[in-house]
Amino acid sequence: MTTNSASTPTIRQRIRALFSRIWEPYRSVPLLGWLIAALVAVGLEQLVGLPLARGLGLTKIPALFGAVVILSKPALTPSALLFTTLIYILPIGIVARFTAPLTNRIAAKLAEYPLVVTALVHLVLLYAVLHIWCDITDYRLLVARLAMISIILTLSLNVVNGYMGEFSCSHPGFMSIGAYVASAFTIVLFVSENRFGEALLPPALGPYMFPLALMLGGLISAFGALLVAIPSFRTRGDYLAIISLAFMFIVKSFFENMEVVGGARGISNQPDYATLPIVFLWTILSIWIINNFVRSTMGKALNAVRDGELAANAMTVDTRKTKMTAFLFAAFWAGVAGGLFAHVLRYINPDSFGIRKLAEVLAMVYFGGLNSVTGSVVGAVGLSLISEALRPLDIFKWIIIPIMLILIMIYRPTGLIAFTEFNVEKIFLPKGRAPEGAEHASA
Amino acid sequence: MEFFFQQLINALQLGSFYALIAIGYSMVYGVLLLFNFAHGDVFMVGAYIGFFVSSALLGLNIFGALALPLSVTLSLVLVLTLIISMALNSIVGMLVERIGYRPLRDAPRASAAITGLMIGIILETGNLAILGPQRRSFPELIQSATINIAGVSFTNKKILIVFISILLTLALHQFVRHTKWGMAMRAMAYDYVVVPLMGISTNKIALMTFALGSALAAAAGILYGVAYPVLDPNMGILFGWKAFVAAILGGRGSILGAGLAGFLLGFIEIFVATIFPSTMRNLIAFGIILIILTFRPHGFFGEPFSAQLRL
Repeated sequence: MTTNSASTPTIRQRIRALFSRIWEPYRSVPLLGWLIAALVAVGLEQLVGLPLARGLGLTKIPALFGAVVILSKPALTPSALLFTTLIYILPIGIVARFTAPLTNRIAAKLAEYPLVVTALVHLVLLYAVLHIWCDITDYRLLVARLAMISIILTLSLNVVNGYMGEFSCSHPGFMSIGAYVASAFTIVLFVSENRFGEALLPPALGPYMFPLALMLGGLISAFGALLVAIPSFRTRGDYLAIISLAFMFIVKSFFENMEVVGGARGISNQPDYATLPIVFLWTILSIWIINNFVRSTMGKALNAVRDGELAANAMTVDTRKTKMTAFLFAAFWAGVAGGLFAHVLRYINPDSFGIRKLAEVLAMVYFGGLNSVTGSVVGAVGLSLISEALRPLDIFKWIIIPIMLILIMIYRPTGLIAFTEFNVEKIFLPKGRAPEGAEHASA
Repeated sequence: MEFFFQQLINALQLGSFYALIAIGYSMVYGVLLLFNFAHGDVFMVGAYIGFFVSSALLGLNIFGALALPLSVTLSLVLVLTLIISMALNSIVGMLVERIGYRPLRDAPRASAAITGLMIGIILETGNLAILGPQRRSFPELIQSATINIAGVSFTNKKILIVFISILLTLALHQFVRHTKWGMAMRAMAYDYVVVPLMGISTNKIALMTFALGSALAAAAGILYGVAYPVLDPNMGILFGWKAFVAAILGGRGSILGAGLAGFLLGFIEIFVATIFPSTMRNLIAFGIILIILTFRPHGFFGEPFSAQLRL
């Protein structure tokens, strides 16, 4: 077989060769080039998207790259595919390829400035792409914001399940604490409605106080995490899984019984503070802080605790303190994510933080990859988009997604992109013919 | 006092469901050190299998054409339903092991927990997709009769449910204690690495563990159908997770412990509901469990151990 394939390439090898020939010029496109190309694509969609979609027989611009259209009206598959090709694939392909020398030069120039400047330029571009993309429909706006909140949630759970190597089930609980606290804060202070009466402060002040509400929610959920952490970190083992599970049920049941915040009916009328830029900022902030946390001494200590608690202890790591800190840190971010979630949907009830939510978050963490910031981002965005794209399939969606996850677990038990470091400096660098030969040095 | 005894019977009935499900969790956790998160849904599948088997035996609903030629008594139907459904559901359990857990035997345990969770979701939605969202009513397998002893009246159903579940628990306990297969299971729980060296197939033992647990879950499902004759695809979720907590409370791998903890959970829930408003049931029940686990992290019958996560 080996001698045979050496002389005449099989179909598979030919396809692979073809793909690598197509992909070859794109190896030298830096992140900046991709962002500019994406900006061109979404700009194009904004300008000619609607007439083009009408011309192709679609009633409106396909919301999620045509996936929903293909699944709900299979007859329109060719036009949806054509639309995606014309608006996204071709422009991005062409622009990214032919601006590569220019963007590489700009990226090289930017690399001379401090990292903050480079990062800011990229972030502004990314936000612009996102903003224009979401401008088309409200549905996209909602999907994008929920996907970004999932990033925060997944990252924070990855700190516990990936970096610390325990199995925590209480994230929906922390999320609901954050959601309820932040909602109560903003509704009591800035909204006039039946349940809590008149607004105590002028509503104009609200958006400025919103970070305070989120942080308060995060802090109180971190305080709730103490209840889980104190009993479960006395012994190593599976107790965290059980105690956190019990904690999740307790929190859910607690809010069901709190008539002040609506009981099982839930709480609504949250002010519309979680706009796209706000959610974007918080997401970037969480990625930045969590990435720094896991790369700090504390993060290394956390990995040491996971790999061998006894050895870590011998190496002067205060294992109990490390685990407690990481767990409370994760709970804080879950609370912030919950606060944002409540203000995006503007309606929450205890049922939105149940077992289904737990399954969703765990799926995102293990889909993307343990012990990896990149993996969490990929997992959160990927699974949110897949789950939205499969929406027309109705309940069969909940058969396809689990099967996909089982296959991933069987073939890559730690997730798609696991155990990789997220190197911020490297991703902004210009790419090309590898001047220092350091192109694929990242492992 | 009368009221107390009536509640006691109710608590025993609720506890017997928890006990039967918790034993399944506890065995898998004891033998393979895995959280079998699909077990709650295996219980649901068991209840549905029981529904179809008993309907077929009675020639009800869609099975009118299949009615058995000879007229069978209700008690025989109950026994046949239990045996057939337990056998069928143990096949479901073995499939779960084969598909979701065996490929991940050497993977981190958390990954296996995820596949279990996903198989549970597939079972729920699969049921929803095939049978539709409407609830099914379980056929009446026991002629209801009220028994009156010293002023305390209760139905014969409750007594029978408690009796059957205690019988099954003790039978399993005897099986694990006194047979060769049971000894192999205990050996595997004791040392996972050495057991294959003794000529015992770990795969076979794992399959058997899942089969036994699922058979008990099917029994729990049928008894549940006898007590509350309404089945819906989501019935396994909350029940299963609560039984899971009970299994841990009983102690790792201890069958009697899991059974007792299941009954304890039933007691806590029923008596909390009589004193406080019934919506507080989960809150207080789980609060009590949290406190117990804080002071006895190994559960009632588990020996202190430290399970290293194989990650």
